Amino acid sequence: MSETVFQARALTKVYRMGEAEVHALRGVDLEIHAGEFIVLLGPSGSGKSTLLNILGGLDTPTTGDVRFLEHQLTGADEAELTRYRREHVGFVFQFYNLIPSLTVRENVELVTDIAAAPMRADEALAWVGLGERLDHFPSQLSGGEQQRVAIARAIAKRPQVLLCDEPTGALDYETGKLVLEVIAKTNAELGTTAMVITHNAAISGMADRVLRLGNGRIVGEEKPARKLTPAEISW
Amino acid sequence: MKSLDRKLLRDLWSLKTQVVSIALVIACGIGGFIGSISTYSSLLWSRGDYYDTARFAHVFATAKRAPQSLAAKIHAIAGVAEVETRVVRDSQLSLPGVTPPMIARLIGFDFAHPPGMNRLTLKSGRWPAPGAKGEVLVNQRFLEARSLKLGAQMNVLLNGKLERLALVGTVLTPEYIYATRGGGMPDDEWFAVLWIDAQALAAAFNMEGTFNSVLLRLQRGTSPEATVEALDRLLEPYGGFGAVGREDQVSHKILSQEINQQRIFGTVLPAIFLLVAAFILNVVLHRQVNAQRGEIAALKALGYEDRAIAWHYLKFASVIVLLGVAIGVWLGWWLGNAMTGLYTDFFHFPEFHYRLEPWLLLASAGAALAAAFGGALAAIRGVVRLRAAEALRPSAPAEFRPLMIERLGYAGLLTPAQRMIMRNLERKPLRAATTVAGIAGSVAILIAGTFWSDAIEWFMDVQFNMVQRAQVTVGFAEPVSRDARWELERLPGVKQVEVTRAIPVRLRAGHRSYRTAINGLADDATLLRILDAELREATPAPGGVLLTTRLAERLGVAPGDEVVAELLEGKRIKAPLRVSGTVRELAGMNAWMRLEDLNRFAREGAMVSGAGLLVDRAQESALLERLKQMPAAAVVIVNRTLVDTFRETSAKNVLFFTAILSAFAATIAVGVVYNNARIQLAERAWELASLRVLGFTRGEVSVLLLGELALEIAAAIPLGFAAGYGLAALLLALMPHEMIEFPLVISRATYLYAGAVVVAAGVVSALIVRNRIDNLDMVGVLKTRE
Repeated sequence: MSETVFQARALTKVYRMGEAEVHALRGVDLEIHAGEFIVLLGPSGSGKSTLLNILGGLDTPTTGDVRFLEHQLTGADEAELTRYRREHVGFVFQFYNLIPSLTVRENVELVTDIAAAPMRADEALAWVGLGERLDHFPSQLSGGEQQRVAIARAIAKRPQVLLCDEPTGALDYETGKLVLEVIAKTNAELGTTAMVITHNAAISGMADRVLRLGNGRIVGEEKPARKLTPAEISW
Repeated sequence: MKSLDRKLLRDLWSLKTQVVSIALVIACGIGGFIGSISTYSSLLWSRGDYYDTARFAHVFATAKRAPQSLAAKIHAIAGVAEVETRVVRDSQLSLPGVTPPMIARLIGFDFAHPPGMNRLTLKSGRWPAPGAKGEVLVNQRFLEARSLKLGAQMNVLLNGKLERLALVGTVLTPEYIYATRGGGMPDDEWFAVLWIDAQALAAAFNMEGTFNSVLLRLQRGTSPEATVEALDRLLEPYGGFGAVGREDQVSHKILSQEINQQRIFGTVLPAIFLLVAAFILNVVLHRQVNAQRGEIAALKALGYEDRAIAWHYLKFASVIVLLGVAIGVWLGWWLGNAMTGLYTDFFHFPEFHYRLEPWLLLASAGAALAAAFGGALAAIRGVVRLRAAEALRPSAPAEFRPLMIERLGYAGLLTPAQRMIMRNLERKPLRAATTVAGIAGSVAILIAGTFWSDAIEWFMDVQFNMVQRAQVTVGFAEPVSRDARWELERLPGVKQVEVTRAIPVRLRAGHRSYRTAINGLADDATLLRILDAELREATPAPGGVLLTTRLAERLGVAPGDEVVAELLEGKRIKAPLRVSGTVRELAGMNAWMRLEDLNRFAREGAMVSGAGLLVDRAQESALLERLKQMPAAAVVIVNRTLVDTFRETSAKNVLFFTAILSAFAATIAVGVVYNNARIQLAERAWELASLRVLGFTRGEVSVLLLGELALEIAAAIPLGFAAGYGLAALLLALMPHEMIEFPLVISRATYLYAGAVVVAAGVVSALIVRNRIDNLDMVGVLKTRE
């Protein structure tokens, strides 16, 4: 068994929305191992994003305990969480979140400038298949290209984990597959632990493990018999 | 309430800090405008009211000695309603414990039958008993400046004899609202106006049955100019010194200058505030409209007309403006009250009148609305143009280009953070320019509002260290032979004596005329010099007269022209003089000739009327004591004391204005910087939160946002310095400056102060915004498209 990357015990998360309390997580236990490709499935409001955000150090649980390798994430202060994100986590989001005032290369350099042992920016971009157009601004790229820049930006720091929240949500079928290929390649060839949130059940074929969330709990876990390549799946 | 209005209220509420900061900038403009203009009109009103109640004279004249019988002839001049004759003499005054000599202006007064004009208002004490010897009234200002008590004794030289007078009451008079011997500077500590029994005064100076001062009140609609001419003709045989109308009466003239300054201040500076407010409002509304594209589209899709939507945003602007106007009206009322009080105190008006006229409120609200609507309309035009379908689509990522310096191949010089900052600036140059202009505006206001003390200091330095270099100035009662200098040189502590001659004169050129004095200057004079604004020394050319530029302008003459000089003393020569040149002196309306030329022109021998002395400070008191005992030395002025008095009076007023203007300018700076930071934050929250997610610290993210503001402030400060210089020059040009022309001198400390206030305002704004950066919602921002 490979090393445990994430270990979470009895995580809960309660938001206050005005008068109402929203229980986003109601006790989640989980272990993620190095190099795993995890897909989180579940309907809206099931707690997937909350879980991913807590694992990524963007949010803290209300109760419970979460560890990343030897780091205790629960109870870490803002500065420690910032350092954690900076050093260990790569994020990919549905809306890419590129900086419009920076070019493709500079968006990646944004991360390589502050990371400990990053790839070169052009190397990261070549990895996602964007060897050219390095001096273009986000406004000059298609959605798929923008998302690949976001992935390059996420992996350039050589993170231990790549957390992707609906990475294909805003993309068409062809472009979506292209992006999934990059994520799969990163997982397979760099050994980066990947967690992908999706509404799209077809993507679960790519996973080592699929976690199903419902109503703030993990309601199911499956291990596909054979891990598919992005080319083999369709939706 | 319609739902669109409910939206309006909620939008306003969610932007409350910005709304308030813009409203405050507007309020400063309105407050400054209302405060200054209402002070201006209240002072005019107070003065008019005072002049009416006290029946202030319309025409003033002095002569050497005229028979009482002349009064009837004067009364017969067309348009003259009332005539009042009196005896007025200046004399030396001494108080126990005060070494430098003081001057008393003694005014003969019939306490049994007080005259019908220039009525006195008794402030304290009592009226002297009619016929009582040795009882006098003094002007309130002197009593206060000297902290005297009623009953105090003072010694006055009455025709060569030292008389002891008791102070029984203090009074106010419209004639000496500003008590000065004519130098244009308040002189309260060293110049007392005393009202003394008319018969006693006449007897002391052998003036029984005669007068040397006359006051006239005119019938409604009579021109003072014609009366002055006629009066001059009547008084000429009796040594008339030339009559003047109210406009040229010294106290009235200085008072008018002070009051007029209010009007200038009240219009120039508030205009800038309103302009800045319009700028900010424009930017804020633009932002608001952009952020609400979706809502606007939805409104349009629901069938709202463009007009209704435009009106909605105009109402948004109006609420801010009206809030600003409301605060501004209160501020203006408070400021007007405070300033009117300050001046009423300073001028010693017997009654405090303050009023805020309704037209002022309407005008200021109108101006503010116009300025704000001007700013808002550009933003609103964008709303109306937006097509519903277009607005419903999320806006594309903002377009950026490589920077100029990158296009030139120097990309490597900048870090990504610096590039983000620079590209943001380059992408919205107009907004950056607006911000820079707004901040520069507040720097400029600070400089234009606070440079006055520099100008005054410089003026004093020039006037008392370079122009009038004598430490003690002596004025003789009558012109004396030049040999008087030997007598002065023998006095204790006198190191150098320089004699001068001044002859009162009326200069005429065509239909214009002006009453002043021609000063005769020895060729080798060093204690009194003629310097222009650039400190270049000028000397009168042989045979000609050199005029202060302001005087030449008033007379409408240029070098080479002739003026007719009517000497008002001695042989009363009336002859043309060639204007040999003009000189831009800082103070006075002077005419200069070589001493020799002046004496030849007056057809008198080597006569002098005054002297400047350099003295040994250690022996100064001994010298002053001796001078007090010399009847010929009617006026003795220790120049140092003038400087001190001037500094004290000006310091109080200057401080008040500096404080108010600094607060105003800081409000603008905060208004501009804070609003800008908030808008930037709102527009880039998404981007900044993304950076936080990537592992950027709060500090690093703050640098991106605040770095831009820092750059803008850094660019604005030097621009503001230049603008402040220009604004100060504009204010100086607009200011009435008949007596004193303040130089455009701005010290480094003033620049530093202005820069520091704006930087401080920037830091405060940054701290407020920094708090918001720290609390960026990282999770929320990732779930939404920008």
